[in-house]
Amino acid sequence: MPPEGPATARSLGGPADGPAYVQADRYELLVNGTRRTVEDAWLGESLLYVLRERLGLPGSKNACEQGECGSCSVLLDSVVVCACLVLGVDAIGSQVETVEGLSADGDVAEIQAGLVDAGGVQCGFCTPGFVVAVHDLLRRTPLADEMAVREALSGNLCRCTGYGRILEAVRRVQRSRAVSDDSDGSDGGTGDGE
Amino acid sequence: MTANSGTGIAERVTGARRGDRVGDSPARPDGAQKTRGEFAFSSDLWMDGMLWGKTLRSPHVAAKIRSVDTAPALAIPGVRAVVTAADVPGRPTFGLDVPDQPVFASEVIRYHGEPVAAVAADHPEAARAAAAAIFVDYEPLVPVVDPEIALEASPIHPDGNVFRHLVIRHGAPDATGDVVVEGDYEVGMQDQAFLGPESGLAVPAEDGGVDLYIATQWLHVDRDQIAASLGVPAERVRLYLAGVGGAFGGREDVSLQIHLCMLALRTGRPVKMVYARDESFFGHVHRHPARMWYRHHASRDGDLVKVEARIVIDGGAYLSSSNAVISNAACFAPGPYRVPNALVEGYAVRTNNPPCGAMRGFGAVQVCFGHEAQMDKLAAALFMDPVELRLRNALERNDRLVTGQVLRGAVPVREVIRAAASHPLPPPPDPAGPVTARPGGAGATAGPEDVRRGVGFAVSMKNIAYSEGFDDFVTARLRLEAGVDGEAVATVSVATAEVGQGFVTLAAQIVREELGVARVVLAPPSTVDVGSAGSSSASRQTWMSGGALQLACATLRAELVVRAAELWECAATQCLFDDGDVVRAATGERLSVPDLLAPAPLETEHEFHHRPTRALDADGQGDAHLSFMFAAHRAVVDVDPELGLVRVVQIATGQDVGKAINPVQVTGQIEGGVAQGIGLAVMEEIVVTEGHVRNPSFTDYLLPTVLDMPDVLATVIEEPEPGAPYGAKGVGEPPTISSGPAVLAAIRDATGFPVTRAPVRPEDIALTWMRRTS
Ligand code: FES
Ligand code: FES
Repeated sequence: MPPEGPATARSLGGPADGPAYVQADRYELLVNGTRRTVEDAWLGESLLYVLRERLGLPGSKNACEQGECGSCSVLLDSVVVCACLVLGVDAIGSQVETVEGLSADGDVAEIQAGLVDAGGVQCGFCTPGFVVAVHDLLRRTPLADEMAVREALSGNLCRCTGYGRILEAVRRVQRSRAVSDDSDGSDGGTGDGE
Repeated sequence: MTANSGTGIAERVTGARRGDRVGDSPARPDGAQKTRGEFAFSSDLWMDGMLWGKTLRSPHVAAKIRSVDTAPALAIPGVRAVVTAADVPGRPTFGLDVPDQPVFASEVIRYHGEPVAAVAADHPEAARAAAAAIFVDYEPLVPVVDPEIALEASPIHPDGNVFRHLVIRHGAPDATGDVVVEGDYEVGMQDQAFLGPESGLAVPAEDGGVDLYIATQWLHVDRDQIAASLGVPAERVRLYLAGVGGAFGGREDVSLQIHLCMLALRTGRPVKMVYARDESFFGHVHRHPARMWYRHHASRDGDLVKVEARIVIDGGAYLSSSNAVISNAACFAPGPYRVPNALVEGYAVRTNNPPCGAMRGFGAVQVCFGHEAQMDKLAAALFMDPVELRLRNALERNDRLVTGQVLRGAVPVREVIRAAASHPLPPPPDPAGPVTARPGGAGATAGPEDVRRGVGFAVSMKNIAYSEGFDDFVTARLRLEAGVDGEAVATVSVATAEVGQGFVTLAAQIVREELGVARVVLAPPSTVDVGSAGSSSASRQTWMSGGALQLACATLRAELVVRAAELWECAATQCLFDDGDVVRAATGERLSVPDLLAPAPLETEHEFHHRPTRALDADGQGDAHLSFMFAAHRAVVDVDPELGLVRVVQIATGQDVGKAINPVQVTGQIEGGVAQGIGLAVMEEIVVTEGHVRNPSFTDYLLPTVLDMPDVLATVIEEPEPGAPYGAKGVGEPPTISSGPAVLAAIRDATGFPVTRAPVRPEDIALTWMRRTS
């Protein structure tokens, strides 16, 4: 029987007072608009670990856990961060938004559909990080030109696609938004790149 | 700056019919889940009561192990088990080809990072601390790290230091040409660097066996190796494919599988293991570094007369797939050209360097850097255009390879060359353009006046599927039944590993094409209810698993026709299958597939073998390969020679695909493969000094980002391959083969420097520039 998907927070299940790590008091995080309790956590756990292994939110990925790949991208108080570089306890009092939560947003859904349709998803391990990064870029700079798009996404590694279809997905989303913006008369931002 | 604005496939992609049959580009069935973070990769799994595993690896390159003390680890709270070589219940070694690699080192360390022990604990941090607390008494030895020295050195393994020595003698050995060019070339060690780290979850089972959820390229061969080392019958080791975050050859060998299963059986609890990125660099095999010497002979008119080559690949400490890699390297040493006489000598050698094995294009990638540099040298010596020289010598159907094998299939070498050459060139470098478009990018270190443009060309060939007599097959089962709503449902059971390549999309396209059934379900791949599908490697699954499915569909179609004939009480020969209906020829009556399934479902299982291939004889002669893929790449680069910085501006390619079953996915394979080729050309290398891996991180091992990737202009050549489903060849490997050599050729063109080593490091260019200008 295959393992069920993550659903609940888990405790360490054993004594944890040895030299290896120190238990924290329980703490609360605000994740995707919901108060979540983290129990018995080691203070050294990254936000990425807490999300993935304690709060049942494995959508943010763990490709490097050293801040180099962007697969773990989340929004922390609306700023994109690498969740692997933030301690779980440092996110106390902040709003954390993960790919799971963002998927409810229609704008994000449009990016997600664009990635699938354009062929921007292969193994998909980089994909949640790209969804967060593209969403953040187009929210700030809807009309970013190609170089600005490349710069904005250069912190996200993809080993499968060579990025061509991901860029194509961004162009398609930009085009479709330009058309709908035209029809409601707004003008949107422009590129901030070179 | 739109990628793929070339001819051919580009139009077809943008204007693609969004159908869902063969030749259409339906979206991946798992795509939406992947974008929402809902797709379960192997590192996403968990179970109640699960423990975390961690490996202890050797800090030494070569050493004797005097003793191992696990007591300090077991004393750490939360640690549930420590296992070492002494705890391996069955065969102490494993291996893809020959089991020559210890599950855990017991007496000897043969490479930096070799596993010595593994720990299971309640928390990953406890596991990490416990692994660090294990005391191993090592006696360091002097490592053998130079493959040329290893050839003569005393053996570092009971099986000796030479994995394989292969000689290809073809034609007249003493033939000579009017023009002779010679060169030495070198390729560094590349990493697959799939983004999803090695990971899995092992669950002890009631029958004394184990259930393993794992990211791999080949479930059944993993299972057999695990079962042998656990000492349990294969049927008690059940593998289920967990989501695979890329592979590129790096998941063909066992990494953490046996360790994980041992820990689960020892503790009686589920155990999860996830390699951190640094451990991933130690945990899987890499692309073989190679040293090559070449001598090409040609007539004054530019016809190749003879190719001589000596190729030495460094297999590292254990065999893995070195034997097949050196075979490819030797067989394709001359490249896709007609060569009447040849003497090729290939060595795969054991050293104390990290083990090397499969990576996209294996064997063919390394030699392509050599044969293509030689073709350019030859063109220069002959005062010929390099593209002309390649066209003149290009292989055609019915030509012979240097192995004596006659090419019976599609050989569109000239077509791929012309396609790559005919794409428009980019505009010249613009001194007023953005700094990010200059070599070195945003650092803005390159002055616009220093930038030199270069253009280079390279052509390649590679085999599809397994060679040299290997019995290569896929088992597939197909079930057709009426769903609850009366619509027909086709369920495919095949153990093919989806690693990102898109087999899941193709499988459904093939079933829809063959049976006209819209609803196609892929059962989760496992070893439990279906036989082996072989590995998702060697560009073989479209042909092999696709072929197995096509056969299964044909069988069910025939059975549907028989059912219809029985209902109509006519001969089956009077009925034909027409897009989801059986039609009675005489009357035009139709019965739909759901109608015909009403009495009972239909099911069939097929084992699809490709045409047998043969071993190479003592002279390296024989029909060793099933089929061949060809590609050509043209690279345009900008170089700042003073700083040694390179920017790849454009890659244009022509690729022989037989048939593009899913044009968007083909484009994705081309662009992704080109990225890995460019990586090997100018960025990617595992730096190994005296056997020590120096850069096991994404901070120091550089992968191309979206800023490093140029526009890719691709044309696919669709000349159907006889015997392949829909005429489709594989598409995954060729983009990675000649793209890199084209970049090196372009750097040579821009600088006039020899540039004989990949990857090209800034110092390789800058130091030459310094020497030449001072
Ligand atoms: S996992 Fe956080 S940047 Fe790679
Ligand atoms: S799709 Fe595999 S890493 Fe991007």
